[in-house]
Amino acid sequence: MTFPARSEQQNADPCNNPEGAGCSPVPRNAASPRHIAKGYAPMLRTFIAAAFCGLALPFAAASEPLHLELGVGVIEPLPFAAPTFVAENPGAAEIAQAITQVVAADLAGTGLFREIPSSAFISGVTSFDAPVAYADWKAINAQALVTGAVAATSDGRINVKFRLFDVFSDAPLGDGLQFGGGQGDWRRIAHKVSDQIYARITGESAYFDSRVVFVSESGPKDQRLKRLAIMDYDGANVQYLTDSSTIVLAPRFSPAGDRILYTSFETGFPRIKLMDIATVSARALAELSGNMTFAPRFSPDGGTVVFSLESGGNTDLYSMQLSSGQMTQLTNAPSIETAPSFSPDGSKIVFESDRSGNQQLYIMSASGGEPTRISFGEGRYGTPVWSPRGDMVAFTKQNAGRFHIGVMRTDGSEERLLTASFLDEGPTWAPNGRVIMFTRETPGAGGGAQLFSVDITGRNLRAVTMEGAASDPAWSPLLP
Amino acid sequence: MMKVSSILLVVGALALSACNNPDRYGAGGAGGAGGIGGAGGISSGALGDPNDPNSLAYFQQTIGDKVLFAVDQSTLTPEAQSVLAQQAAWLNNHPGNTAIIEGHADEQGTREYNLALGARRASAVQQYLIAQGVAPNRLQTVSYGKERPLAVCSDEACYAQNRRAVTVIGAGAGV
Repeated sequence: MTFPARSEQQNADPCNNPEGAGCSPVPRNAASPRHIAKGYAPMLRTFIAAAFCGLALPFAAASEPLHLELGVGVIEPLPFAAPTFVAENPGAAEIAQAITQVVAADLAGTGLFREIPSSAFISGVTSFDAPVAYADWKAINAQALVTGAVAATSDGRINVKFRLFDVFSDAPLGDGLQFGGGQGDWRRIAHKVSDQIYARITGESAYFDSRVVFVSESGPKDQRLKRLAIMDYDGANVQYLTDSSTIVLAPRFSPAGDRILYTSFETGFPRIKLMDIATVSARALAELSGNMTFAPRFSPDGGTVVFSLESGGNTDLYSMQLSSGQMTQLTNAPSIETAPSFSPDGSKIVFESDRSGNQQLYIMSASGGEPTRISFGEGRYGTPVWSPRGDMVAFTKQNAGRFHIGVMRTDGSEERLLTASFLDEGPTWAPNGRVIMFTRETPGAGGGAQLFSVDITGRNLRAVTMEGAASDPAWSPLLP
Repeated sequence: MMKVSSILLVVGALALSACNNPDRYGAGGAGGAGGIGGAGGISSGALGDPNDPNSLAYFQQTIGDKVLFAVDQSTLTPEAQSVLAQQAAWLNNHPGNTAIIEGHADEQGTREYNLALGARRASAVQQYLIAQGVAPNRLQTVSYGKERPLAVCSDEACYAQNRRAVTVIGAGAGV
C-alpha cells in the first residue's frame, strides 16, 4: 500500500507552490509546536466521553496527540471550532468570513469533523497572536481549534494566516502558515487551509484544493443537452468548456490536471478529443482506423492514452502515444472490452469485458496480454477505476435491478458496496483515495442525473451542492 | 351491387391494415398512436406518402425503420429479419440512397458498455443488409448507447422500445 508521489510531496512540502497562492510559515505562537507522531494514537480520544460518563480518566488520554485514523470507520465526528478569521484591515472583513465558512464546510463535509456553532463559544478570537484560552475551548469540547487572520492589500491581493491547535494538549498542532494570492483566489486559499488541517489531524494528504470536470445536463430525457464543465470539488466556480450543440461524454483529467480527454459526437460519430483547459481548445485524437472511439484515459505519465475502439461492431482496447500517434492494440477478442484505467505505477490496466458472458473486471499488463479476472460476485461489474493509492479498484455493479458503487482490492478480495440506487455509475477517486464521486440518476420521464460523493468506508453519502443536473465526474489531482 | 360493395369493403380493410402495420414499433414512442388517419399519416408533407413505395415515409412507416432487441442482446429476431429484408429490398431499389444505422440501448447499463452494445446492434443490422445485397459502402453505423431514448419511462414497456437499431436514410438523395 503506497502513496502516489504527489501525495508525498504535498505532505512533505506544503509551501512548494510555483504559482498562484503562495504560503510560508507564520512565526510561532507562545507555546512551541510539538512533533506529532503519525499513527501513534490509533483513535479519536475518549477523554470527553469518559468525563461525561463519570468514568475515571484514562491515564494517557490527556497526553495523546490529536489524531484521526482514516479507513477504520469513524463513528463519531471530531468536534472542532473555527471562529471567524480576524480581519486585519476593514477591507478584509467580508473575505475573512467567507474563508472561515469554506474551511468549516470543507472539514464538516468530510463527515470526519463536526463544527461547533459559534453560539456555543465562551471566548472569541479577536487577535491572531493572542494566547489561546484553552480552558474555554475544552469546556465546549472543541478538540481542534482553527484560528486565522486575513489582510487585504490595496493591490487586490490577500494574505491569509492560520493556526491549528490541539486543545486538549494545550498546544498548537504544527506551525502556523500563511498563504498569499489574488482576492479571486480566496476559495482556493481556504481549501489549502483545509488541506493542511486535514493532513495534520489524519496524517494523510487531503483533497479540498482540487477540481472536478463533468458533463452538465439540461433538457428533456429524450433530447438531453450535454456540455463539458469544470468546478471546484465542492461544486463552486462552475465554468463551461463546450457548448451543448453536440453530445459529450465522460471527460478525464490528465495527471497534471491541465488537459482532458473526452468523447464527442461532433462529427456525428463518437470520437475522442483532447482539450487544453487553459485555452479551451480541443483536437481530435488521430486514430488510424475504427468506426467509433471512446472511454479514454491517460497513463500516469500523461504520455499515453488507453481507450476503446469499435470496428465492425466489436470493441477492443488500444493505446496511443500522444507524441507520435503510434497505436497499439491491447486486446483482440470478439467480446466488448472497455472502460480501461491504469494502475498508478502505469504497469497495469484494469478494464471491463463481457467475454465470460456478462460484464466483469479484468487486469492485464499495460502492454496487453492475457488478462486476469478479478470480479466473481453476483451481477455485472463495469467502469473500474484504479485508486490513486494503488490498493483498490472502484466500480459500478449492477445486480437484481439495482446499481451500486463499490470497491474491491486489486486481487478482487474484500468487495464492499458503498451505495445502492436505481442507477449509480461512473466512480472517480478523490486525490487521496478516501472519497469517491459518482453519478446518480433518478428514474422516470422526469428523472435526472446528479453528482454524489461517498467515503470509501460507505459513510457520508451526500449530493454535491450545485445547480442543475450533472453526470460523469472526474476528479483532478490535488492542485499545486 | 351487393357483390361490388363487399369487394370494396375488403379492399378498404386491407388498406387500413397496411396503414396500421407500420406503427407496430411505435414510431412516436406512444405505442400505436397515429396510423388510422390514412394517407395523411405522420409527417407526410416532408417525407412523402407512406403508400408511395418510393417515399421515405414508406421506408420509415410501411416497412419500419426500427428493429428491436432483447436485453443485452444484438441477435436479430425473426421479426427483425423480416423488417430488414424489406429494408434491404427498398435500398436495393433505391441505389442512390445511403443509410446510417443507429444502435441504441436502454438505460439499464453503464454508459461505456451501452455505447459498445449499441455498436453491436447497429453492426448486426448492417451485416444483415449487406448479406441481402446492399453495398457495404452505402451503410455506416453509429452508436448512441443510452444517450437518446425514444421512450422516457423507466419500465420495460419503454426499455423495449429503446433497445433498437434505426436505419436512417441519407438526406438529400432519392425520395
